[in-house]
Amino acid sequence: MCVFIVDYTTSMCTPLLSVLTAIRAAILIQNWYRFTKARLETRRRYSLSIFQSIEYADEQDQLQVCNFHFFLYKHPGVSQVVDEGLSLTEFENKIDVPDSYYGPRLSFPLTVEDANALLHAFRNEQLLHARYVLQLLCETRRVLKEMPNITHLSTSYSKEITVCGDLHGNLDDLLLIFYKNGLPSEQNPYVFNGDFVDRGKNSMEILIILFAFLLIYPNDLHLNRGNHEDYIMNLRYGFTKEVSKKYKDHGKLILCLLRDVFSWLPLATIIDSKVLILHGGISDTTDLDFLNALERNELKERIPTTRLSKHIANQNVAGKTQHISSSGSTEPSGSNLPPDHALEEWKQILDILWSDPRSQNGCTPNKSRGGGCYFGPDVTAKLFERYNLKMLIRSHEFKPEGYEISHDGKVITIFSASNYYEEGSNRGAYIKLNPELIPRFVQYQVSKYTRRQNLQERVGTIESSALKSLREKIYAHRSELTSAFAQYDLNSTGRISVSDWAAAMESVLQLELPWRMLRAQLVQMTPNGEADYMSCFYDLKIGQPTKEPALVETLCRYRRDLEIIFNIIDKDHSGLISLEEFGQTWKLFASHLGIDMYDESLDKLVLSIDYNKDGHIDFNEFLEAFHVVHRLEKKANS
Amino acid sequence: MASRKDGAVAEIEKKIIEAFEVFDHECNKTVDVREIGSIVRSLGCFPTEAELHELLAKVEEEEPTGYINLEKFLPVMTKVLLDRSYQPIPEDVLLHAFEALDENKCGYITKEELIKYLTEEGEPFTEEEMEDMLSTALDPETNTVRYRDYISMMIVDET
Repeated sequence: MCVFIVDYTTSMCTPLLSVLTAIRAAILIQNWYRFTKARLETRRRYSLSIFQSIEYADEQDQLQVCNFHFFLYKHPGVSQVVDEGLSLTEFENKIDVPDSYYGPRLSFPLTVEDANALLHAFRNEQLLHARYVLQLLCETRRVLKEMPNITHLSTSYSKEITVCGDLHGNLDDLLLIFYKNGLPSEQNPYVFNGDFVDRGKNSMEILIILFAFLLIYPNDLHLNRGNHEDYIMNLRYGFTKEVSKKYKDHGKLILCLLRDVFSWLPLATIIDSKVLILHGGISDTTDLDFLNALERNELKERIPTTRLSKHIANQNVAGKTQHISSSGSTEPSGSNLPPDHALEEWKQILDILWSDPRSQNGCTPNKSRGGGCYFGPDVTAKLFERYNLKMLIRSHEFKPEGYEISHDGKVITIFSASNYYEEGSNRGAYIKLNPELIPRFVQYQVSKYTRRQNLQERVGTIESSALKSLREKIYAHRSELTSAFAQYDLNSTGRISVSDWAAAMESVLQLELPWRMLRAQLVQMTPNGEADYMSCFYDLKIGQPTKEPALVETLCRYRRDLEIIFNIIDKDHSGLISLEEFGQTWKLFASHLGIDMYDESLDKLVLSIDYNKDGHIDFNEFLEAFHVVHRLEKKANS
Repeated sequence: MASRKDGAVAEIEKKIIEAFEVFDHECNKTVDVREIGSIVRSLGCFPTEAELHELLAKVEEEEPTGYINLEKFLPVMTKVLLDRSYQPIPEDVLLHAFEALDENKCGYITKEELIKYLTEEGEPFTEEEMEDMLSTALDPETNTVRYRDYISMMIVDET
């Protein structure tokens, strides 16, 4: 017997069996689809996790060499303070702008026309001439100096205030924000919450635009300092390089003046005495009155945290600060231990520029960052009670949706750099705060593709990029990993269990990642389910083959630090340093890190890089040689 | 003998914890209840929505908080993996499913038909899910889904 279903809307008769089959088929397809979706989501999350862990681990590494940098930066070429007397006219007289320059020509005091000219020029990838940059910075410093450490604003006349977070040199994001939200003006006030520079390629242009609007609308464009508004950070994370490249001879002067300007940036903004806006976060000792009173421009770069920890430890002993004599220290000559009061000032600033909120109560040192702390809801509550606050808006942390609300609605993280790690990695966002202080979030994402990539493609791109970074880190730790694996492989079979492999990876690389999930992408398996551990290193090689694998690995791992150090030594930004300088620096660096290095191997290596045998090394070429090359590039950008 | 079995269970537990932690933003051993589906699937299982609801009932708190604790999730998920519940859908079965919806056996399903089946039958798609599938599966020129190509593309991306 055949049973028929009659569909009265279509007047179709369908056998029951067929209908049941269709339902079963639908369930199967839906099930399978949801599986693929979940898989995509998992891949997306662990890719972002990889990016973030590596970024934080990088910042941690910096901690190790911070002492060294601090010593080095006392090097004559760097710590010169730009003459306070430099004025607009002096720059005009000293620096010529050729007729062939078609970029914007600024005239002070700036007007909206100048701002529009700048926006137009930057959209067309033009550079602002060094003279105007210097004049702009000069004026900006003059204006910032008049401002207190903490700016107080009010939402009056029904104005909404727009708050933006980290931009990190992403000009496209800033332009998109202005497009969506309008340019800054008396009717359209903005607060930019730090980290304008580093990582992206238009840090300079972002600063120029923000400073220009600051000069035009000083009461309606507000800037807070971020942890990246710091000379040492800039050396490492790309801003210094960007300026040197774009401005060559004038680069150094610009950087010096910028160092001063950064130190004059206000530390925080408070709206209607209720909403506190600052870059990082707070700690259980954050004292807004203390912060408001200190001399903010004295504190230019973060000092080594080891000294701070001693200071904090001393504070905890006997409950009050001990006095440390300011002379007679074991530090390298030329740097005295700063007085206790300065250390306290530094701690307060470090806390507000580097701290991150967490859901657990309490205040613990921020181990991932190496500065500031993790603060819990109780810390927030206490601060709010003390200062009668209602909300804390901060930035400093990447968020996939551009913003995140925590501590029961009291803390908002706002992050405005979309695609921060990679095309498609995250949205950016900004906050619109109305006079009732209710926040409204606007999200966006810049895309370099004219056709929007679908989710599949986007995740593919992010994942490839993340795995690439991870494999580079694996390569840079090859020796350590190999010995860690060997410890599990007592019979030297070349195979260990997945469990052991994961344990070794985690302990050597110090990255908390889902190793078992990533296993398939990182290591090959034997037929009986064990990990062929040396296969981690296949498909990866160093650009320049050499007989000194350990040395090469070290150079690979510290490549970025070396880049910074070379940049400091290279006073005239020529890209060249002498073999002697290189040798000396390397020895110092190596001994500081406790690395054993045979002189001969380094000399041989260096000589092979000195291509024209003229006694100088082009250190960019040298560093290029230690860039990890991926022999098999997966279809990263298809 | 016993230690080998324990080793296997320990390894499974570690896998589950890893997958859980990927979705544990705050690093406090809890995840949003809406992520449980993703976690279970990321461990290689293919539960239907109905099966997921059953599983959720076992791991939710007495008074649902919107969060699931690792503590409750771990033993339940370990059993799922040991029992090999929610078996994967093999490629050929998936193909048959699409073919069942392809009445004229012409190798493709029209956009309208697919929408009708997947948003009205079985465990219906949300609008978002339907749109998302179409964004990858639909051939814009013919407005149809050539399902063999679609399946191949999705499978390749997995490897």
